[in-house]
Amino acid sequence: MSATISMGQRLRPGSATILRGILLAGLAILAMLPVLNRLPPESALYVSDFVVSVSGKWICYAILALAIDLAWGYAGILSLGHGAFFALGGYAIGMHLMRMIGPRGVYGHPVLPDFMVFLGYTELPWTWWGFSSFPFAFAMALVVPGLLAGVVGYLAFRSRITGVYLSIITQAMTYALMLAFFRNDMGFGGNNGFTDFKELLGMPLNTSGARALLFYAALIALGGALLLCAHLTRSKLGRVLVAVRDAESRVRFLGYDTVRVKLTVFVLSAMLAGLAGALYTPLVGIINPGEFSPGNSIEAVVWVAVGGRGTLVGALVGAFSVNAIKTWLTSFAPDLWLFVLGGLFVAVTLFLPRGIVGLLHKGDGK
Amino acid sequence: MKGARLYLDGVSVVFDGFRALNNLSLIVEPGELRAIIGPNGAGKTTMMDIITGKTRPTAGTVTFGERDLTKLDEATIANLGIGRKFQKPTVFDALTVFENLELALKAPRDPWSCLRWVLGQEARKKIEATLEEIGLAERAQDRAAILSHGQRQWLEIGMLLMQEPQLLLVDEPVAGMTDQETEHTAGLLRRIAGTRSVVVVEHDLEFVRALGEKVTVLCEGAVLSEGSIDHVQNDPRVIEVYLGR
Ligand SMILES: Nc1ncnc2c1ncn2[C@@H]1O[C@H](COP(=O)(O)OP(=O)(O)OP(=O)(O)O)[C@@H](O)[C@H]1O
Ligand SMILES: [Mg+2]
Repeated sequence: MSATISMGQRLRPGSATILRGILLAGLAILAMLPVLNRLPPESALYVSDFVVSVSGKWICYAILALAIDLAWGYAGILSLGHGAFFALGGYAIGMHLMRMIGPRGVYGHPVLPDFMVFLGYTELPWTWWGFSSFPFAFAMALVVPGLLAGVVGYLAFRSRITGVYLSIITQAMTYALMLAFFRNDMGFGGNNGFTDFKELLGMPLNTSGARALLFYAALIALGGALLLCAHLTRSKLGRVLVAVRDAESRVRFLGYDTVRVKLTVFVLSAMLAGLAGALYTPLVGIINPGEFSPGNSIEAVVWVAVGGRGTLVGALVGAFSVNAIKTWLTSFAPDLWLFVLGGLFVAVTLFLPRGIVGLLHKGDGK
Repeated sequence: MKGARLYLDGVSVVFDGFRALNNLSLIVEPGELRAIIGPNGAGKTTMMDIITGKTRPTAGTVTFGERDLTKLDEATIANLGIGRKFQKPTVFDALTVFENLELALKAPRDPWSCLRWVLGQEARKKIEATLEEIGLAERAQDRAAILSHGQRQWLEIGMLLMQEPQLLLVDEPVAGMTDQETEHTAGLLRRIAGTRSVVVVEHDLEFVRALGEKVTVLCEGAVLSEGSIDHVQNDPRVIEVYLGR
């Protein structure tokens, strides 16, 4: 096999090494952040709490970007609803965190979270059963997005819905879920969502030690997700995905069940997005229906487009760079962000169709 | 490997009132090499669409051995042992020549097997043998995107061979080829036939003559004439609609 770091894009010979270098350097710097956070604030290398918590968030976003890249960059499935899978993962862990508050809520109810007491619930709805167990909640953070993707994907792929139509369906999916989660009678906290978490796995949250641990959990998950995606995209399955992306009907005539292939990658991608959400909620300490907003899903797609779809490193570069710009910009001109995001997308589409990483691309035309 | 017989009986296809195939009947015996000629729009490609499950007939039956092809989807038909080369060559541009053949190689097609697939000695030998046969051994590690038109045609024929089909449907394999390439392709197809059935659609009569096998002439969706190339070339009806122009 030729020297490629990914099947989606062919890179110049030295480029794969450069990318791997950037990747390892980036991960190493991230791994150092919580350590540098422990230095005295006067130290030149001191890293503030803010930087640690923001980077933790970006790590979760990077996992989401990988998930999107796997489906879009490799298999050509442009989902504009991955924010929903992310949010569902976040809610699953959020439910566990709510249960772990126990009697420490404002109303002091031994079982019911505050919002349920406030709404007059007398017992836990069945949708909440089992969530006092962390393993169960964690499993649900993967299974629920996976199931949803399985159903939506099966119906869409079987009817050979592709391209823009699929994007619209997934966008409608996340919008519908947002409306549903905004409702109080869904039993998921309505527009306030979940917050005021106290502990996770016996560990009090809101301490810098807990933050560091959650940060490392996210970083390890990112590494694992990266290895998984690298393994998958370099396997023959990865080449089948690229073939499906570029000429699906031809792949069918070779005897591949493309519905099954696409479904596999879509479900896997949704589960990865769920994992990202599951790590995100305890890190940021809140999850609410805003996470389902259609704009979030679109923004995540822009990360991947900017970084370079069809390369795993591209997804990461995109997630970190676009979010860095966003954090910097919103600190002084939050109103500008959507214009900048839109402009970025247009600019990348026109001038850098292969994204930032595409600059290292072999110059052999399309 | 004893192949199955392909049998089309009274097949009609209607697109918005237009009869692309009109009560077409055709039998291809196992191991037979059959050339199909006919003017543009005669329904040659549509016939292949019917056999491979891309289009459903409005009437008639299509069987391969015991199996009714009109009830099966593309992937299932491909896995029954029917391979197809398209009129417009379609190979996977983002993959190398070698990888294109590897994807086509007969092996379990489900995602899990693909994930765990390791290229063994035997598979590598098969791919290399095919690379030799289609004359692309030197280009194995090049992306398919940079192949010439003729090379893409051969790669597609190579992909067909990797599938080890019992029946190959080859749509206009020499369109746009030089004389030398055409000759090479005719030799390739003759070598393939014998162990399997091959149906070749072609406009190039020199090429059909070079194949030297039974010819079916299609016109307006039905069989106009059938027999040796000399027979059909002298058939007055054929001369009128096709050759005489
Ligand atoms: N999907 C379709 N919808 C409508 N009409 C179609 C469709 N496919 C084919 N046709 C029509 O059916 C007729 C037969 O087409 P077909 O492609 O089978 O011809 P052909 O013999 O392969 O011709 P050529 O030598 O040009 O490749 C043509 O008139 C074509 O326009
Ligand atoms: Mg045709």
